[in-house]
Amino acid sequence: MNFDKSIVRLAIVFIGILLLSGFIPQWALFMLTIACANGMAVLGLMLFLRAGLVSFGQALFFCTGAYAAGLLALKLDITEMTFLIIISGIASGLMAYVLGFLLAKYRGIFFGLLSLAFSMILYGLLVKTEALGSTDGFNVPAVTIFGWLPDLSVVRVAVLGMAFLIILLSVSFVNMLLKSPRGLLLTAIRDNEIRAEYMGASAKKTIHLFYVVSGVLAGLGGAIAAVAVGHIDPTMSFWTTSGEMIFIAILGGTGSVIAPFIGALIFGIIHTIAFSYSPNTWQMVIGLSLIFVILLLPNGLWSLREKFGKRKS
Amino acid sequence: MIDQILMVLIDGINYSAWLFLAAVGLTLIYGVMKIVNVAHGSFYALGAYMAASVVGVWVTLDYPPYLYYLALFVAALISGFTVGPFVERVLLRYQYEKDEVVILLITYALFLVMEDVIKLIWGVNPYFIVEPYAYLGNFSVGDMTYPNYYILMFGLAIAVGLTLTFVLKKTHFGRLLVSVIYDREISAAMGIDVGKIFVVTFSVGCALAGIAGAFTAPTISVSPGLGVEVIVLSFAVVVTGGLGSLPGVALAAIIMGLVRSFCIHYIPQFELFVIFGVMALVLSFRPRGLFSLAEARKI
Repeated sequence: MNFDKSIVRLAIVFIGILLLSGFIPQWALFMLTIACANGMAVLGLMLFLRAGLVSFGQALFFCTGAYAAGLLALKLDITEMTFLIIISGIASGLMAYVLGFLLAKYRGIFFGLLSLAFSMILYGLLVKTEALGSTDGFNVPAVTIFGWLPDLSVVRVAVLGMAFLIILLSVSFVNMLLKSPRGLLLTAIRDNEIRAEYMGASAKKTIHLFYVVSGVLAGLGGAIAAVAVGHIDPTMSFWTTSGEMIFIAILGGTGSVIAPFIGALIFGIIHTIAFSYSPNTWQMVIGLSLIFVILLLPNGLWSLREKFGKRKS
Repeated sequence: MIDQILMVLIDGINYSAWLFLAAVGLTLIYGVMKIVNVAHGSFYALGAYMAASVVGVWVTLDYPPYLYYLALFVAALISGFTVGPFVERVLLRYQYEKDEVVILLITYALFLVMEDVIKLIWGVNPYFIVEPYAYLGNFSVGDMTYPNYYILMFGLAIAVGLTLTFVLKKTHFGRLLVSVIYDREISAAMGIDVGKIFVVTFSVGCALAGIAGAFTAPTISVSPGLGVEVIVLSFAVVVTGGLGSLPGVALAAIIMGLVRSFCIHYIPQFELFVIFGVMALVLSFRPRGLFSLAEARKI
């Protein structure tokens, strides 16, 4: 496996944050972990943006992952985080595989709205299921990491460390995938699907494959969020969650596998600051920044880097 | 047995009427402008809040109660025909060249902004305006009593549907509209002022959302987050019917209304699930909805 320069840089940043974690306040560590979880789901969304598709139902897999982790921990007393996360990824992946047979045929608005319908179906079911706490959701028990039960003072850092590990693995994998012939097909499908098919490639199979990959990524993100927050509820599958993810994806741009995480971090910062100053207008701040990004930076924040990088050389 | 069937039917038709009113503006805007307007729910909420304020004033000034409904109607028109054209002229008209999905994201941003603007103007406390609802009294079928407001909503839905059909089929403006629906560029070349048609359509679509909101306001507590659920429900109806189709919305609203009311009476835990279930089911057999035209793939 050849490592991309940006992934090595990301690893260095992660190690730096972990080493300095003693100086970072708890709320910032929490925000970072949530940004990591969102970033994972958005990484999946970014794959679709490359193919010109926008899914309004990414929250479905985020929620599936979270509930899979939560249920395993609560009902089966499995509290090993590595195990929980792997199973959540598999559960979301399976769900994506099944739904993919239907969704891979759709493009444009219909792809977005049908995926929205699926996430709302899950929401509708969870809200009415008394056994799973209905609208209140339920608390996820404390987890162990490789058999070690972290003390309350270090649990945030430990979960963050695990999140970093998962991100590095996923980002390397996605990067490899995007550079493979299958990955390059995504852009071809966006530009002209029929021509891509004339070259002998199957658009449907490609979309289906990436739908599963994106489902697994979102599932992993959901599991991280479930463990980090310690509580899950059906709003994780509501359409506004998907909307926030799309916002992050547009904000970061599709230029790099790192972009979703930068987008998620900035979303976290905007959210935290705007929410603490005026809880009734934070949505407006998000909305205005979305309009700003779409109109002025159609390729997301990542395009800034390329712009300024070129200017230097 | 017959009582039960009647109960399901009456509840179902009432919900169908509401779904139709909530969704018809969305399909109109999509049909003409090819915009999936996420801010539709905000216009619904705006109509409801405007109605709350107007009826509030009406009650304090002690105006005649039988004019409540005119007040609701006027409130809806005000909300649609002020904010609608403003949004279209200031923001949307520069975006028509962009991809459908990008415009959808812009209207999503608009939705986020409008939600908070509504909170800033009306605050976060709920409003109650039950007067127009209570004033009409009840009717009874068998042992069950129903509010006469049901009949009003049903009549309103029929009136809106017939008016739109009449305007589309029989008037000069309707013919221009149909021509723009089929081909925007050719219509412009023929001398139709497409820009003007777009402003009018967008405003009418927003006013229809406002009407739905205003006439629902007396039956609910008008509070923040009102529009959030309406958006996804009206999406479901419109997409099931076939984006841009008027008979499609009507049929989808009737199907979903009846199925939901059946579920509420017999399997209540499927209440929300069933609407999106119908949508997913219809789309898996007819990928573009019930009433949709075949579209040529562009190479």
